[in-house]
Amino acid sequence: MMPALISHAEFSKDFYLFLCPILFTIGAVGLMIRKNMIVMLMCIELMLNSVNLLMVSFANFFGQGDAHIFVFFIVVVAAAEATVGLSIILMAFRNLRSIDVDMFKKLKN
Amino acid sequence: MTYELISYILGGLTIGSALMVILSSHPVRSVMYLVITFFFISGHMVLMNAQFLAIVNIIVYAGAIMVLFLFVLMLLNLNKESEPRMTFASQMAAILAGGTFLLVLLAALAESTLPPMPEGMSKQIADIQNEGLVQNLGQLLFSKYIVPFEVSSILFIAAMVGAVLLAKREKQNTEEI
Repeated sequence: MMPALISHAEFSKDFYLFLCPILFTIGAVGLMIRKNMIVMLMCIELMLNSVNLLMVSFANFFGQGDAHIFVFFIVVVAAAEATVGLSIILMAFRNLRSIDVDMFKKLKN
Repeated sequence: MTYELISYILGGLTIGSALMVILSSHPVRSVMYLVITFFFISGHMVLMNAQFLAIVNIIVYAGAIMVLFLFVLMLLNLNKESEPRMTFASQMAAILAGGTFLLVLLAALAESTLPPMPEGMSKQIADIQNEGLVQNLGQLLFSKYIVPFEVSSILFIAAMVGAVLLAKREKQNTEEI
């Protein structure tokens, strides 16, 4: 039972060290190629989640629960961030009638 | 062997649905693919004995945040014509930049090595199957991390007040525009 668990932890540390950067890059590329503000916010959520996944895999490897607590706090902050971000988008849409990020150029004048 | 196979299949599905999030042109479809991605990520967490976080991920992300996104999309009533588009050249530039970033990251990570496990930790390895359970995390959260936990409730109150203030319709402001 135990050796299997440890070898699983060894495998998943290496596996997620490659999977999570890929997920993070997909989120970052999505942030760059989309102009829809809501989709950009979703890409940020994707990047946060890839970091969470890597953190859980290292917690599994080292056998300590502290990283789980940090992932919990990341989820908490992400929820708060999504709420405020979406309300900012709502307000911007109400004033500018668009959710194109380039519309924020109008803030200059 | 089965464990590795399940990991690879889940990983491929996760990357595929994450790609669909950024490639699908309709925002509602993006939200749906993101929900699927979060479910797959929860599957990864279950594989790594993090049952509590898997459930929290499903409840908070797939259940609450994504419903919020869908609700806002419904409120804005967007359609395919109003979807803003980037030029092809800048999309290619973004993909090139992202690919380079990934290459550098993976090359750096492939060279890296972890230090060997300290001796004192071998006792905790025996608890590896219990560490993600609600009981352990609850004890940790309410003893060692009690202060950040309370601070996060203040953060939530601030976020709630901020969201209500921002989303409240201002009468005189909308009339001007």
